[in-house]
Amino acid sequence: MSNVLILADFVSGKATKTNAELATAGARIGEVTAVVLAPAGKGAAMAAEINKGPVTKVVVVESDAFVNNGVAAVADVLAQIIATQSPAAVLIASHAFGKEVAARTAVKSGSGIITDAVDVSADVTATQLVFGGSTTVHSKVSHGTPIITVRPNSVDAQTAAATPAVETLSLQVSDASKKATVTSSQPPVQGGRPELTEANIVVSGGRGTNGDFSAVEGFADSLGAAVGASRAATDAGWYPHSYQVGQTGKTVSPQLYVACGISGAIQHRAGMQTSKTIVVINKDPEAPLFEIADFGVVGDLFAVLPKATEGVKAHKS
Amino acid sequence: MKIAVCVKQVPDSWAEKKMVNGILDRENVDAVLNDLDEYAVEEALRIAEAHGGNEEGGPHTVTVISMGPERATEAVRKALSMGANDAILVSDAKLAGADALATSAVLAAVIEKGGFDLVICGTESTDARMSVVPAMLAERLNVAQLTFASKVEVDPAAQKVSITRVTEAGVDEMNAGFPCVISVVEKINEPRYPSFKGIMAAKKKSIESRDLATVGVTVDSAWSLVADSSPRPPRAAGIKVSDDNSAAQMVSFLAEKKLI
Repeated sequence: MSNVLILADFVSGKATKTNAELATAGARIGEVTAVVLAPAGKGAAMAAEINKGPVTKVVVVESDAFVNNGVAAVADVLAQIIATQSPAAVLIASHAFGKEVAARTAVKSGSGIITDAVDVSADVTATQLVFGGSTTVHSKVSHGTPIITVRPNSVDAQTAAATPAVETLSLQVSDASKKATVTSSQPPVQGGRPELTEANIVVSGGRGTNGDFSAVEGFADSLGAAVGASRAATDAGWYPHSYQVGQTGKTVSPQLYVACGISGAIQHRAGMQTSKTIVVINKDPEAPLFEIADFGVVGDLFAVLPKATEGVKAHKS
Repeated sequence: MKIAVCVKQVPDSWAEKKMVNGILDRENVDAVLNDLDEYAVEEALRIAEAHGGNEEGGPHTVTVISMGPERATEAVRKALSMGANDAILVSDAKLAGADALATSAVLAAVIEKGGFDLVICGTESTDARMSVVPAMLAERLNVAQLTFASKVEVDPAAQKVSITRVTEAGVDEMNAGFPCVISVVEKINEPRYPSFKGIMAAKKKSIESRDLATVGVTVDSAWSLVADSSPRPPRAAGIKVSDDNSAAQMVSFLAEKKLI
């Protein structure tokens, strides 16, 4: 049976739920080996975190270069593993770091690359939603080993407990991959909310908040949701730029997207219209975002959200 | 310093984009300089200006490098009107439908020949949105990669660059020596509008045209192929409520859908 590599995804040393999604997609193609690239001494602990989904094996490489030299060092070792294992495909989480690792690995291994896949089939065909989600594209890599980055939250993950065999490889990071040095790292400031691109529910605020995100945040917290913002809101300095959803910001496709006081410019839609369910709250009944809303509320978000927050809390208790 | 800025002409982000024969139809849409590349041009000019400027006879030069059809001269000209010194545009019929691997191979060959100290890019183009070309350039050129920078500091005497990298994984401080590939995030700066003087001056600036033979590379235009593409059915509008009880109805809707 063919072998598929997934690059295990970690945030601050913790495995993300994306790993089970990558494994689920990978298992359609072949037996899944998770590659854990850990700082020295952390390999065993990080390998133990790969304990969900259809993962057959974990290979671990330890080097401080993965932390100190970032993308280049990770791609260097991943390409070495690809060269020895000749996998049928390599699946990587589609975020900034994952896409850059995929980019360098593709060049090193003489392989084609597909980014932002929302699905991967047994014959290694990737599905992408392009042009702001308006067009579905199926593509295949035609040269070398298919290197595919898969968007978090896109694949319905199998999350049964797994106890993969763990093997430690002794591979060296080349000096050529150590040209850039990371001198300090701060984890993302999350304020207890889930990461925007990974969250199952996103509640976003726009111009209609007038700079007051308290109602949006209150509703988000009642749902355990991430908070997003439109470009109008981030440009006005009402919310940090890193929370911007849209064409020049983050692309999200959660189970539920709640847009509060966002009229719905095409650039905003590009970042959220693949969400499974869309709820729109806006004072203006003509707001274009209502056209794609599964549920629309014409009303003042400052009146609707506090009541909805109470309603959700009551439903949950 | 010799600074290169890589730019791309893209369909206007307001334009409706279509696939024709598995590649993006670029001919029948309004085309503009990729928004995110304006930040790269601006950052290159600011780096030059902070250390003596890039005026003629000055210590630094900013060269715009682009690959695209001949009409991409319009986008290149915009970067020149902002204040870049000169430009190289690689156009070749064989590059129609080129993917990121082909694009990075062509750009890397041009950069290598030019011998640049710094190569500055935007983080992504607003059409393909892959965010991979800067990393591929660093790999192909075998130089340091300093990407997703929200702040760039250059010390020309020490030939050193320090950046603040901002991604969803957090904030990193990074540094490297010359030469290196930098990508800058949106909002690192406020790109200048071309002045009337800048627009007039840009008309006289040189845009050197090269084809694949003059660049000296042979590339396959794409290493992955589109099997099919189809417009997704438009989302139909669902329920819309506007009465006093709307918050409660919304909560019921979420409960029915098992979202809460």
